[in-house]
Amino acid sequence: MIRKSQAKLGAFLDKAEKPIQWLITLCGWSSIIFVAAIFIFILKESWPAPLTLNWGEFFFSHRWIPVPAEGNEPTYGAMGIMYGTLAITVVSMFIAVPLGLGSAVYISEFATPKLKETLKVLIEFLAAIPSIIWGFIGLVIMGPIIQKVFGVAVGVNLLNASIVVGLMAVPLIVSISEDALRAVPDSYREASLALGASKWEMIYRVLFPAAKNGLLAACMLGVGRAVGETMAVWMASGGTDNIPENFFDPMLLLERVKALTATIAGEMPEAVNGGEHYQVLFIVGIVLLTISVVINVVSDLIIKGFKADKA
Amino acid sequence: MEAASNPFKPSAVEKRKTRVESIVKWLMFGMAILLIIPVFGILFHLFHKAAPVLSWDYIWESPTNRGKEGGIWLPLIGTFYLVLVSLVIVAPVGILAGIYINEYAPNNWFTRVINMAVTSLAGVPSIVHALFGVGAFVLTLNMGACLLSAACTIAVMTIPVIVTATREALAAVPMAFREACWNMGASKWQTIRTIVLPNSISGILTGVILEISRAAGETAPILFTGAAASVAVRMNSLGDKLMPYELDDRFMALSYHLHVVAEKIHGMPEEMKYGTAAVLIALILLINSFSITLRIFLRSRKKW
Amino acid sequence: MSVHIEFNNVTVRYGQDIALDDIDLEIKEKEVFSIVGPANSGKTTFLKCINRTIDLITGTKVDGKILVSGEDVNEMNNVYALRRRIGMVFPLPVGLPMSIYDNVAYGPRRQGISGKAELDEIVERCLKQSVLWDEVKDRLQMLGTKLSGGQQQRLTLARALSLDPEILCLDEFSIAIDPVTTMKIEEVLSGLKDEMTIILVTNLTQQARRMADHIAFFNASELVEWGETEKLFENPDKEITGRYLNGEFG
Repeated sequence: MIRKSQAKLGAFLDKAEKPIQWLITLCGWSSIIFVAAIFIFILKESWPAPLTLNWGEFFFSHRWIPVPAEGNEPTYGAMGIMYGTLAITVVSMFIAVPLGLGSAVYISEFATPKLKETLKVLIEFLAAIPSIIWGFIGLVIMGPIIQKVFGVAVGVNLLNASIVVGLMAVPLIVSISEDALRAVPDSYREASLALGASKWEMIYRVLFPAAKNGLLAACMLGVGRAVGETMAVWMASGGTDNIPENFFDPMLLLERVKALTATIAGEMPEAVNGGEHYQVLFIVGIVLLTISVVINVVSDLIIKGFKADKA
Repeated sequence: MEAASNPFKPSAVEKRKTRVESIVKWLMFGMAILLIIPVFGILFHLFHKAAPVLSWDYIWESPTNRGKEGGIWLPLIGTFYLVLVSLVIVAPVGILAGIYINEYAPNNWFTRVINMAVTSLAGVPSIVHALFGVGAFVLTLNMGACLLSAACTIAVMTIPVIVTATREALAAVPMAFREACWNMGASKWQTIRTIVLPNSISGILTGVILEISRAAGETAPILFTGAAASVAVRMNSLGDKLMPYELDDRFMALSYHLHVVAEKIHGMPEEMKYGTAAVLIALILLINSFSITLRIFLRSRKKW
Repeated sequence: MSVHIEFNNVTVRYGQDIALDDIDLEIKEKEVFSIVGPANSGKTTFLKCINRTIDLITGTKVDGKILVSGEDVNEMNNVYALRRRIGMVFPLPVGLPMSIYDNVAYGPRRQGISGKAELDEIVERCLKQSVLWDEVKDRLQMLGTKLSGGQQQRLTLARALSLDPEILCLDEFSIAIDPVTTMKIEEVLSGLKDEMTIILVTNLTQQARRMADHIAFFNASELVEWGETEKLFENPDKEITGRYLNGEFG
């Protein structure tokens, strides 16, 4: 009975080859369609603000006052929140890049097969932890710790957000770097070791140069992750849009910051649908989207090479 | 003449090399550990703090008094339906897209653009997906903020997860199998249906499970597309309890509920925050363990 | 005997590279036609042209005419029917990851044969023809991939026979199997030559001499020479042919 209905289904599916191929092709193109749709719909919602917005103010002022006091005009200077995103990205990469590359090299070159499997599974778990949990960790667990250690009034700040985002970006950096290291042929390693190089010399003289594109792409994707992170940044960064006067003052780490993503998440519910504030938030979305697409396309080109026939 | 008596005796340079190597090795091991131990310490702390409220009642009861009392049933079942609906939408599209890229796509610039679109889509910030969801589903298609809008948004966001997994699973099926079938007069689609898909189903399944895990944990994309801090639903019967939401209802989700109880409400008891976080993280870890176990099990009974 | 397969000025390109250069030859019905030549001389491409599986490799271009029973293969609408008429056995044995029974029944099923009795009969006939039946008749549900290399190669042969082909192509079938199995398959082929045209691509010149009525010698994408087996071995037109066939260059 089952056999017969199976055969019938099979015959039906064989007859439907043409329509199925059309469906498959359509789905194959879906990613392009969706990327285009994201651009179009976000642009549509932001319209007509891109024409009327004071772009100079947007990029070079840090007066982000969408809901001003009675009698004042709202201003949309996004420099402060761009600084916030930039600061979190830079500081978090100071944590994520060494940790990520170091772990990747250890997993790929030093660990025994069993330890390797275990570490990979653990890092996979790390990657699976949702950003809301990281935000919770930053807000509820790390916040009080930072308060105590540094004796500050508020524990959610640049340092907190950067640690959280750094840890979130690590699994991505590890997995892509590990792929890049694994792609280096064993013959390179053997040739280098046979010439009397120590394992470490082999790693930084042979492996790093051979895998440098992949490692670079891994770090870039880490940056992309940090720029786009929303919930964790929102919950762990405090939220203010001041720009500091001295960028190299270490005390800045303990200042609250506000990021592009968190601004959208925090202000959308209050923005009047179709109002100027609402439209400007969609412009912020376009900025984020552009950054992320550029990062992804460039890192894709770095990994696969610039020649089309290598795809 | 000592060097001549033992030619294998390490020279000073070699000794230093060995020392550097072992330092580097331990340093990198330390990095890997530094990455893992604190996180698992924190997770342990989290479960420890949550322990007082964790019980079957906590899972089965709905939140009352803005989440300060009661349990987490409504958010939990909301997350379940969110995942289910998004999966129904994304699984067919994602799997077929993976089939197209690996089996049908010609080797040209357009295919390269498709692949770039997949990676770009994976890299688009989740909050931007939320804006897209508002623009496309909530407003333009006039669906309103509801379960279906949120599920569609999540579906678009997680397409790359399934596409990538499918593509890799299909690529792992040896080319010789396809050629053997073609030589017997099977068409491309027949070959895919009878040989390629049955032998890559485990990899595809892993992708589907990963999608479930992502969908269950995401918060930002559902912020403006349908998630609610609280909902008024009838809870008269078991049926109401198991199916509290319609597709066009706003709904509660575990991830958003955690955001609300953790930050938005003053005087929230600590253990209620930790309880919600613990259930969410347990759910995610459970799904991922399942996926890893499945992978190991299927790898052990590979057919060739 | 009438002409079965005809190549008229066939040139095949993979992108910039030429894989077959201006090939012209005829293969008669129910003969054993052997193709010999060093690696990369275009032998496998030649076979892929006949059943048009070459279409499935991206970036190839075929010029010229290939006729099977007088019909141009590139103008056939139903390429699947063409492929069913031509059985193919490739160098590395490929057991499909399904049971032995399903391996052999795969082709007939795609053709729409689903009756159990009919399939049973086909499976038994083909496995007997390929001298595998006695070894596997008690375990037809075992995975085809779990057989030994030599057995898998005979399974591949059984699969190729399952569609009752009028042409059977074998591409260096003995490369991955032991001499005993090779001899067994050679015997099978001798028995089959009354029923179908056999094209035997081989790098064993002695095998070609034992089996073939006609031989074609390929070198560097070109057809150097073709003709009757004994003539090519004893009195070839080109010096290089004689040297290759007698094992003086490889």
